[in-house]
Amino acid sequence: MLKMILRRLAGAIPNIVGVVIVTFLLTRALPGDPAAYFAGPSATTEAIEQIRAQLGLDKSLPHQFVLYLKELASGDLGNSLSTGQPVLAEIRTRLPASLELTLCGLVLACVTAIPLGVLAATRPGSWIDHLCRMLATAGVSLPTFFTGLLLAYVCYFLLGISPSPVGRLDVSFPAPATVTGLYLVDSLIARDMETFRAAAAQLILPAATLGLFVMAPLMRMTRASMLGVLSSDFIRTARASGLSGTKVLYTYAFRNALLPIVTTLGMVFSFLLGSNVLVEKVFAWPGIGSYVIEALVSSDYAPVQGFVLTMALVYVMLNLAIDVMYGVIDPRVGIEG
Amino acid sequence: MNAEAPLLSVKDYSLEFRTRSGTVHALEDVSIEVARGETVGIVGESGSGKSVLSFGILRILDAAADVRAGAISFAGMDMLAAKESALQQVRGREIAMIFQNPRTALNPIRKIGRQIEDVLRTHTSTLQADLKKKAIECLAQVRITDPERRYSAYPFELSGGQCQRVMIALALACNPSLLIADEPTTGLDVTTQAAIMELVSELARERSMATILITHDLALASEYCDRIVVMHAGHVVESAPTARLFERPRHPYTARLIASTPSPEVEIDSLASIPGNLPDLRRNDLPKCRFHARCDRAVAQCTVGPLPEATFEPGHRVRCFNPLAYTAP
Repeated sequence: MLKMILRRLAGAIPNIVGVVIVTFLLTRALPGDPAAYFAGPSATTEAIEQIRAQLGLDKSLPHQFVLYLKELASGDLGNSLSTGQPVLAEIRTRLPASLELTLCGLVLACVTAIPLGVLAATRPGSWIDHLCRMLATAGVSLPTFFTGLLLAYVCYFLLGISPSPVGRLDVSFPAPATVTGLYLVDSLIARDMETFRAAAAQLILPAATLGLFVMAPLMRMTRASMLGVLSSDFIRTARASGLSGTKVLYTYAFRNALLPIVTTLGMVFSFLLGSNVLVEKVFAWPGIGSYVIEALVSSDYAPVQGFVLTMALVYVMLNLAIDVMYGVIDPRVGIEG
Repeated sequence: MNAEAPLLSVKDYSLEFRTRSGTVHALEDVSIEVARGETVGIVGESGSGKSVLSFGILRILDAAADVRAGAISFAGMDMLAAKESALQQVRGREIAMIFQNPRTALNPIRKIGRQIEDVLRTHTSTLQADLKKKAIECLAQVRITDPERRYSAYPFELSGGQCQRVMIALALACNPSLLIADEPTTGLDVTTQAAIMELVSELARERSMATILITHDLALASEYCDRIVVMHAGHVVESAPTARLFERPRHPYTARLIASTPSPEVEIDSLASIPGNLPDLRRNDLPKCRFHARCDRAVAQCTVGPLPEATFEPGHRVRCFNPLAYTAP
């Protein structure tokens, strides 16, 4: 097992190298001139050239790449042009925010979508099946910024049951001491239940918004996968052996149906992490998505490069985790993979 | 057939499937009796309703199935009226089943030993601590080599023949009084087939367990069965003791089946195929005798009158308007 993990990590190195090269080239190919952008609209040509030299943009592309690699090797992702902050520090605070949001959204989606999908599969054509189909259709067809706004309007403005939907924590609370960067976990480590409750209250609306969106593919996949497994030969054997309904459903059918569900989960997770910008914007969530969108708009290439590199690493880890899960669920998936 | 009540009796059982493309009249007026300890073969070509009948007996049919008429009683129990919980008590404990394609019939991601334990735990009061020992015993009974090690094997690590042995171990774990073997040797190579059949018939003899052997292979059935029931397109057309059936088949379909069965004495050229196909069972105007269109002895009544049942000798029953006649010996 450990050997497999190490080998997979080693196998990911070429991918990472490729990502470094491609993002470097792509960010240089972005339209717009960062030097002109930062010199301001009234700057003279000289001032622009001066800034260009400062940023190292006057050097040849290979030269710039070598400089970039040198910085990267020393753990420096460069500084953001617009904020002047080191990119690494920004990502370090913003990635956990996005992670926390995405994970909570996924957990919410899982605890609702998987049981509903199983129910729908065991009773195809019943009202619960139709309800699931309706929920799934609504979940994908309503854009997240709309559900987000709707939830904020109803829960905050109309009912007043949730705190003002801005940021990760109400201003009256200090952020918990950083251990993992996830406020929920950190406040638990600090045994600060009030902060935990406050962080959870801020989190619930954006997480529900995401969860609603993710529910649809998850529920459909659970239903389809369960239906397929339930009609297979070994389920008939299990029933012919007189095993109880719950035993057949959970020990025999559900475990076999898990593989495609785990695959879908991995896919939506990686998709969400980088692309829930709209939700982050609606709830003023200081996540990595909104950070990189701002950087992209202003041709601020260092954050973009840092972001893509971070995401590539996250993907590698995620895929590895999913492969390990496959191996745990299904003995036929060779551990050597 | 002896005088005491049969272990299993299926009487005038009719079954339909409601599908999008119409109603499939899968079984009509099927009657079968199996006595304790007896081995009965159900023979017929693909689609004749053999497997559906066995699923119907265990009540593990698809939701689209609709039992129209008939009665099934097993050891005095009314199977059609029984509650699901009562049926679960019977399945696996009193009536067990083995299937074709043993590889897909076992849970692919559960150790085979665990699958046997699941059955033992459901039906016997074996202590948790003894389950593993008992499961290994079951594996040893079907002569799996090195059962202790095989206990933790997954189906994909075993050959087809070994998987079928595991299937048999699973089915016989609780000493059922009836075993339904649905094409148990399909997909296995010939030597493995013989070994599996020997194993089944030997274990059945040891435990005086009744067996229903479902097969399309008349020769195989003749080797192991006391009695043979011939099915065609959802009808039971003839049933008789094995020797009797081969000696004096009365139904034209049975006679054709026998003539098309290869054996060492018969030249391959003289094997006759049966013309035509099974009728489309979705038709609503199925003739009374569903073999009529393929039959060379068809008479005018075949499509109209109610299908008669003739008894030629005790235990030899035929459903035909114009059965074959033999002059007295």
